[in-house]
Amino acid sequence: MISFTLNGTQRQYQGDPNQPLLWYVRDELNLTGSKFGCGVAQCGACTMHVNGQPVRACSTPMAAVQNASITTIEGLDSVAGKAIQHAWQRLDVVQCGYCQSGQIMSATALLQNNPSPSDQDIDQAMQGNLCRCATYHRIRQAIHQAADDLAREV
Amino acid sequence: MKSLNSTSMDRRQFLKVTSLAGVGFAIGPVGFANAADQNKHQSLGNFVRISKDNLVTVIIKHLDKGQGVTTGLTAIVAEELDADWQQMRWEFAPADAERYNNLFFGKFQGTGGSTSVANSWMQLRQAGAAARAMLVDAAAKVWGEDAASLRTQAGKVINASGKQLSYGELAELAGTQPIPAEPVLKTPDQFRIIGQHIPRIDSPEKTTGKAIYTIDVRRPGMLHAVVLHAPKFGAVLKTVDDSAAKKVPGVKAVVRIERGIAVLATSHWSALQGRNALIAQWDESQAETRSSSTLWDEYRALLAKPGHVVREDGDADKALANSNNKLSLTFELPFLAHATMEPLNCVVELVDNQCQIWTGSQMPTVDKMVAAQIVGLPPEQLQIHTQLAGGSFGRRASPNADYVAEACMIAKAINGSAPVSLQWSREDDMKAGYYRPMALHQFHAALDAEGKPVAWHQRVVSQSIMRGTPFEGMVRGPIDPTMVEGGSTLPYAIANLKVDAHEHKSGIPTLWWRSVGHSHNAYVTEVFMDEVARLGGQDPLTLRLALLANHPRHAGVLKLAAEKAGWGKALPDNQAMGLAVHESFNSFVAQVALVTMHQDGTYKVNKIVCAVDCGIAITPDVIKAQMEGGIGYGLGAAMGEAITVKEGAVEQNNFYDYLPMRIQHMPDVEVHILASDQAPTGVGEPGLPPAAPAVANALRKFLKGPLTKLPFGTKLDLA
Ligand code: FES
Ligand code: FES
Repeated sequence: MISFTLNGTQRQYQGDPNQPLLWYVRDELNLTGSKFGCGVAQCGACTMHVNGQPVRACSTPMAAVQNASITTIEGLDSVAGKAIQHAWQRLDVVQCGYCQSGQIMSATALLQNNPSPSDQDIDQAMQGNLCRCATYHRIRQAIHQAADDLAREV
Repeated sequence: MKSLNSTSMDRRQFLKVTSLAGVGFAIGPVGFANAADQNKHQSLGNFVRISKDNLVTVIIKHLDKGQGVTTGLTAIVAEELDADWQQMRWEFAPADAERYNNLFFGKFQGTGGSTSVANSWMQLRQAGAAARAMLVDAAAKVWGEDAASLRTQAGKVINASGKQLSYGELAELAGTQPIPAEPVLKTPDQFRIIGQHIPRIDSPEKTTGKAIYTIDVRRPGMLHAVVLHAPKFGAVLKTVDDSAAKKVPGVKAVVRIERGIAVLATSHWSALQGRNALIAQWDESQAETRSSSTLWDEYRALLAKPGHVVREDGDADKALANSNNKLSLTFELPFLAHATMEPLNCVVELVDNQCQIWTGSQMPTVDKMVAAQIVGLPPEQLQIHTQLAGGSFGRRASPNADYVAEACMIAKAINGSAPVSLQWSREDDMKAGYYRPMALHQFHAALDAEGKPVAWHQRVVSQSIMRGTPFEGMVRGPIDPTMVEGGSTLPYAIANLKVDAHEHKSGIPTLWWRSVGHSHNAYVTEVFMDEVARLGGQDPLTLRLALLANHPRHAGVLKLAAEKAGWGKALPDNQAMGLAVHESFNSFVAQVALVTMHQDGTYKVNKIVCAVDCGIAITPDVIKAQMEGGIGYGLGAAMGEAITVKEGAVEQNNFYDYLPMRIQHMPDVEVHILASDQAPTGVGEPGLPPAAPAVANALRKFLKGPLTKLPFGTKLDLA
């Protein structure tokens, strides 16, 4: 049996330990905000936080989340997360939106680790997140804006 | 998708109104072929719904796949209605070609050719204006005043002394007012939403994980399906051993369908395990077995022969023969995948002689027709519930409804015993079609003593998109116009100009890919034009402007982009600028790229300055976003994307060997919109064509020759 918390709720899992976290969350918990884009850790659409770090849930087997604390886009309520979502909305980053849960999870993790990232830091942290609508230009701006907002609040 | 270019809109429109008892009213114009038809459609025509709770809902007949049409179309209604932006809502229309046809496409509901706003413009303005007039009439009744003395503002009717009634309060009574025969439209100087920055209506749901796409649709008892497709195009299943697959926990059924073998399971993961356990034998006798290298050889053989002439001004052959100041260039552009972020999918529920389909569709009319045939029901018994699409770029406008057909076949194969959610993997999506056709272009030009081109000959070899599909009727003559669009419409004043072409045939399925033929024709014509300028010792901007004297809208965007970018200013040795201009889908876009070259041949595209003329700019920020997106999509393809085939099978698998643009390669983008009073035209595609040639023209300064083979990669051989 695998035990962990997901969005603050304690959970147990007894199914196939090889099933990726993404499909468990989407198909069993019916939390559909995290998306499937590649299945092989190449696009970032499935990004969740495991113990505060961004991971590709499509390539994280359930066996690997024993005792972990998992956050999905539905449970994102950290200060950095809210700042990122606000900046995303203010700049209207989204187009089709399909990659954006993953973008927001990666960007939030970036700000939590580095409150004032440079363009290079952003490229580094975000290059695992594909966006076929190419909203990259606004993603970069929105991360800077969220960082500025957070700096002001402190 | 192809510009189905009927720019004349059907003006015979009638407004219909439906009172919604206890709710409010709904209104919308319907384009009828003739007045007699009108009686058949008494209940039709709902584009705008105003309800007692003071919400205004716009029914969106187009697919939103990221291009922001839900915001743009809603803004048009809000403008004429004088609504408050906060009270605006939207929902997708059902599949219904009678009510919700694209006015440019005839009796056909479809999103493509960057037409959504253009074809809806007058239709939705009339609906909004009529609804506004009826709300005013209703207020006039309530107050016993003359309607002419009332005004509207931000969702309220207001009288001379400042009394107010909200649209919600008036909704029911307004629904009983006569429909104005000719609703009075605003003049552009009265616009207060159009042309302003308004927030995207879909930002909140798309930043919180709440937006629902096809992959998120859940139905009671639904099974997850995956399909094992043929390894080569045209191969058919011989035998399959599914005994191991059926033993996988969660697998409920394995069924053979025309397009392969489907595994149905209680979860997507189980279905995938089941598919991995299948052992299939395929008959490849009818399959495509050529490789990319063979296809290129065949293309080159065709290129050596005169093609079918699609445009001829003057006598290019003679002018070329008589000149001794000439140049030639050949370009190779590969197959490209759409690779939408959401791999293709469709949910089908077949129950009680009704077929419900959930999918994001650019052509619900086609999908419905195909689905009806497969499930054996009349179209009235099919409903398509349009979902947000995680990208499309043309892919969800499939002439044979491929993935929708597949889902219907599976639902049929299990006799509708459960709703079916078909989900393609990334590999399925990459390998099962469809692709932007590969293209080979050859150019010859002759220059006069001043360095101006006097002859220009372009020969195109590519594959048709429309031949062999229900759209074949749009091909008149031996050449599919989507192969040459952009080349055959070259705007430059060149006395002797010829474009000819060959259609190559292969079993690799092709499709419209964002900006269609413009995606390759703009690249080759604009890069070649820079070579012409170089040979003639001319500045690329000056030469273009001299040749565009009769094309003021091309010249207008070119001048604006050049001015904003500082064209001609001194740059450090390791930097350069390049430009390109192109018209597609009746919009005009020019771009100036600034690049920095590094010593090892890697480079950075620092910035692209973009000027666009798309008529009246309804939602400027959405237009800017579409320019940014088109630039990233087009430039990314030129830098890294290619689909190749080996013995009939696609070689690429996933995003480790098919390489779209990532954030570190995205330039800064600055967009300028030309002020215009022309009717609005599309923006979903026109931002793409100039991006790659502008960058290639900038990089040229550091190279031995122009970049003639795409993708050109992220590291170049320096001069
Ligand atoms: S779906 Fe997990 S990285 Fe692409
Ligand atoms: S917004 Fe469409 S893929 Fe990123």
